[in-house]
Amino acid sequence: MQDELKPTGKPLWQALIGAVLTTVYLILLLKVEEQSEVIGLLAGGAVLLLLLTKTGHLGGIGNTLHSREGALNLLVILGTLAIVGFFYEDHFTLLLIATVMLYVLATLGLNLQFGFAGVLNFAGASFFGIGAYTAAVLGAHTAVPSLLIILVGGVMAALIGCVLLLPVLRTRGHYAAVVTIAFALLFKTFLEVNDILGGPQGLQVPSMKVFGWDFNNNVALGDSVELSFYFSYIIVILLVLIAAFVLVRRVERSWIGLNLDALRLDETAASCFGLNIVRWKVTAFLLGNFLIGIAGALYGMVGGFVAPTSFTFADSLILVSIILLGGIGNVWGLIVAAAIVVIVPEKLQAIQEYRFLLFGGLVMMMLLFRPEGLLPRSVRRYFPGGAER
Amino acid sequence: MDIGFLAQYLMNGLMLGMMYALVAVGFTLFFGVLDVIKFSHGDVLTVGAFTALATYLGLEQIGVTDPATQILVMVIVSTVLIGGLGAVIARTVILPLRSAPPLNTLLITLMLGTVLREAVRLFYPEGGNPKPFPALLPTDSVTFGNFNLRLDNVLMFGAGVLVIVGTQWMLNRTKLGLAIRAVAQDEETAKTMGINFNLIVFITFALGSALAAFAGVMNGLYYNEINFGMGLLLGVIGFSAAIVGGMGNLYGAILGGFLFAALQTIGAVALPFASAYKDVFAFAVVIAIMAWRPTGLIQEKVSDRV
Repeated sequence: MQDELKPTGKPLWQALIGAVLTTVYLILLLKVEEQSEVIGLLAGGAVLLLLLTKTGHLGGIGNTLHSREGALNLLVILGTLAIVGFFYEDHFTLLLIATVMLYVLATLGLNLQFGFAGVLNFAGASFFGIGAYTAAVLGAHTAVPSLLIILVGGVMAALIGCVLLLPVLRTRGHYAAVVTIAFALLFKTFLEVNDILGGPQGLQVPSMKVFGWDFNNNVALGDSVELSFYFSYIIVILLVLIAAFVLVRRVERSWIGLNLDALRLDETAASCFGLNIVRWKVTAFLLGNFLIGIAGALYGMVGGFVAPTSFTFADSLILVSIILLGGIGNVWGLIVAAAIVVIVPEKLQAIQEYRFLLFGGLVMMMLLFRPEGLLPRSVRRYFPGGAER
Repeated sequence: MDIGFLAQYLMNGLMLGMMYALVAVGFTLFFGVLDVIKFSHGDVLTVGAFTALATYLGLEQIGVTDPATQILVMVIVSTVLIGGLGAVIARTVILPLRSAPPLNTLLITLMLGTVLREAVRLFYPEGGNPKPFPALLPTDSVTFGNFNLRLDNVLMFGAGVLVIVGTQWMLNRTKLGLAIRAVAQDEETAKTMGINFNLIVFITFALGSALAAFAGVMNGLYYNEINFGMGLLLGVIGFSAAIVGGMGNLYGAILGGFLFAALQTIGAVALPFASAYKDVFAFAVVIAIMAWRPTGLIQEKVSDRV
C-alpha cells in the first residue's frame, strides 16, 4: 500500500502510445465517409477499449496520467493540433471539431454550476444563445472589436443570469429546477416572437476580425497550401478553451473548489461550518454562465448565423447529458462525452434523424446502470501525486 | 372592451385551466407517493392524444361512425393504455432509481420524455407534422352579444370537473385512496400496516397517467389539432402549476392550474399589442412567484431532516 502513496514512476511511453493511437483513430473516424466503415471503426474502437480495460492497460495509463497532469494536458493539445493540422483544408470537418470544442467550453461552465456547486441549470442552451445573440447584435451594429465581443457575450450571459439569482438562491431541488426550465422556455419563446432580434428567422453574425484581419478568408501559406478559414477560428477557440480549462481546474483545486464541493454534498452542514452559501452559489452560477456565454459568442461567429431553434430546451438537455455521460464533475470526461455526442451523429448519417431519441435512451441506460458516468470524478487529492483521500 | 369579450376570455381561461389542472394533479400525485418529479408526464399526455387519434382512425376503418361511441371508446382505450404505460414507467424507470439522488430521477424522466416525444415524431406515420383531431362533440352554440358559448366547451369542462371531483372522492373516501394517502404520508408505517407498497405506486402512476391521457384527448378536441411537441409545454406548465400551488397538495395543483391559465389570459388581454408574449409573461410570473414563495403558494408542511 505504501508504494501507491508515492508519485507513480511509471514510464510515460504507454501514455504516449495511447495518445498517438487515439489521435490516429480520431483522424480515421473523421476521414471516412462510407457508412459501413464508420460503423466498423466505432465498433472496433469500442471492442479495443473494452479489451484494454480488461487487461488493465487503460487503468494503468489512466493512473500515470492522473499523477502527471501536465503531460496529459500537453498530449491533448498536441493531439488536437495534429488532428486540426491533418484536416487543414476540410471546412466541414474543421467546423465539426470547432463545435466539439465549443460544447466542451460550454459544459465546462455548466460543470462549475452543476458538477461542483450542485446548482441546477436546465437553461444552458439559453445562456449559450445569449452569448450568440450578443455577438450578432454587437458585431452588426457597433464597432466593438471581435475579441472584446467574445468577453461581452460572456458578461451578458452572466448579467441576464442575475435575473434568476434570487429565485435560484431561495429555492432548492425540484423547485430550483423549475426556475431554470421556465427560463429556458421563456427565452426560446421570447426569441421567436420579438421582431428586433430577427424572430424565428434569426440573425446573421458578422465574422471575427482581429487587427483588420478578417477571419472569413482562407489563410494562404506560400503558393500551394491554403488553410481553411475555420483554421483561424479553431486556434482562437483552442486558446480560449485552454484558458477556461486552466481556470476551472484551478478553481477545482483551490479552496474555492473545496467550498463548492462541501456546498454540493450537504448544504446544511456546509452552512453550519460557516460557509457562506449565498456567496458560493452566486460565484458558481455567474462564472458558469460567463463561460457558457463566451462559448455562445464564439459559436455565433463561427457559424455566422443564429436562430431560436439552436437554443431550445432539448439543446439544454443535450448539454446536461454531456455532463452526465462524462461523469458529473470530471472535466476530462466532458471532452470524451462532447466528442461522442457531437461527432457520432454527424458521421453516422443513418442515426442523424434519431439522435435525440438515441441520446435520451443512452442517458437513461447510464442513469440506470452506470450513474457515475463514463469517467467518474476521482476523489480529491490534496497534494500533487499524493494519496487519494 | 365589453362584457362579452371578457366572458369569452374567461371561458377560454377556464378551459385552459382545466387542462393544466388535470396535468398538475398527476404531478402532485406522483410527488405525493414517491417524492419524485416525473418530467415525462407531458409527453405521456402527447402519447395519450396520439393513441386516441389512432383509435379514432381505427374506428373509422371498421365503420363505427357514431360520434358518442367513438369518443367513449377513444377515451377508454387511451386512458387504459396510458395508465398501463404509467405503471410500466414506474416499474422500469422510477422505482429502480429510488435510492439514487433525486436529481437522477428528474434527469431520467426528462430523457424518457425526450424518447417518447421523438418516438411519436419518428414512428407515428408522418408524426413530425401537426395532425388534425376530429371534432366529435356537438358544436351548437349560444351567442350573447360578443360571447359565444359553445356546447362542446361546456361538455368538456363538465367532464373535467367530474374527473377531478371523482379523483378527489377516490382519494378521500375509498380504501384505495386511504392506502395512497398512507403511502404518501409515511412509507414505512404504511408497509407495516400491510399495504402493498409497489402495487399502490403502480396504481398511482397509472391513475396520474390516465388523467394526462384524458387531458390530451381534451386538448385535441379543444384545438382540433395535436402535434408531437405539445406535451413539452403542457408538461412544464402543469409542473409549474403543481409547484406554484405547492407540491403534494391536490387543491394546490388545481389552484395552480387555473392560476397559470389566468396569467396567460390576462397576459393576452392586458398586452393586446403583444399577445404573442403571453407565454413569456406567464413564465416570468412563475419565476417571480418562485422567488417570492420558494416552496409554492400553499407551503409544504415539512422541514428538512438533517
